[in-house]
Amino acid sequence: MQDATDRRILRHLLADPDAPAETLAERAGVTASTLARRLARLRETGAIRATEARIDWRALGFEVEVSLRFTLDKTDPRAFGAFLAAARGVPEVTEIQSFLGSVDFRLSVIARDMAHWQQVYRESILTLPHVADSDALMLVSTIKDSGALPL
Amino acid sequence: MTPDDTDLAILRLVARDAGLSAAEIGRAVGLTQPAAWRRLKRLREAGVIAGRRVVVDPAALGFTVTVFLGIRLAAKGRLDLDAFERAAVAIPEVQVVQHVLGRFDYRLRVVARDIADFERILRRRVMTLPGVGQVEANVMLSEERRPGPLG
Repeated sequence: MQDATDRRILRHLLADPDAPAETLAERAGVTASTLARRLARLRETGAIRATEARIDWRALGFEVEVSLRFTLDKTDPRAFGAFLAAARGVPEVTEIQSFLGSVDFRLSVIARDMAHWQQVYRESILTLPHVADSDALMLVSTIKDSGALPL
Repeated sequence: MTPDDTDLAILRLVARDAGLSAAEIGRAVGLTQPAAWRRLKRLREAGVIAGRRVVVDPAALGFTVTVFLGIRLAAKGRLDLDAFERAAVAIPEVQVVQHVLGRFDYRLRVVARDIADFERILRRRVMTLPGVGQVEANVMLSEERRPGPLG
């Protein structure tokens, strides 16, 4: 479990993951060596799982992003596993979430343009197994995207 | 920019671990340390590597519930959207706000300590957002980020 110092470090780290270590130490009010020690322990205990590079798909020419929501036909007990395996095989899928409720799965799917989207939709999405119902939300703009937690 | 195969190999590596040094990346993809460093610099300058994302275990930090909300606004003038967006991004438990086209006008990602905490956020913060109409909530069970079309 974390103490107040850990929570302060995490709050500042998650609010600005690109800040250099010395800036983070200053904001959290700890020395550089305390910061390094605390971060190492947060990683060891699994509270921090990874630090990944954020890829901007638009900069790579993927202009279209769609949030697809699926309800599966649950009469077949293999539906969840089969759907998940097939979704993992689609290269344009960047996120997969499963849910409790009326929606079973959500996929984030990217495409270069609307013609490419149409191709991905027909060839890779409409062919996903055990789908009873689906709908699509086309991304217009992202107003906030933060990993911050109210610690 | 149009990345070549070596750029894509570098992106696959840093998408999992942003802390890798240029020397480690160079060894993995068959480049010298300075050559790997130049490519990383170019990918950053082109905005393809947009920054870092710290992946935490929210449950280990006391946030056991993540909910995706779909929200329809009751009125959709320009001022209604502005007012809604300003208020939504200010809620500390709201990590993601996206303007979308489809059955809903906005998608929100909300973290909470438990279901009771989520109910409090929903009633006091979300249902009171300016212009809010229909709200659909789906509780997340699992999540995975995929490498996307880097292969």
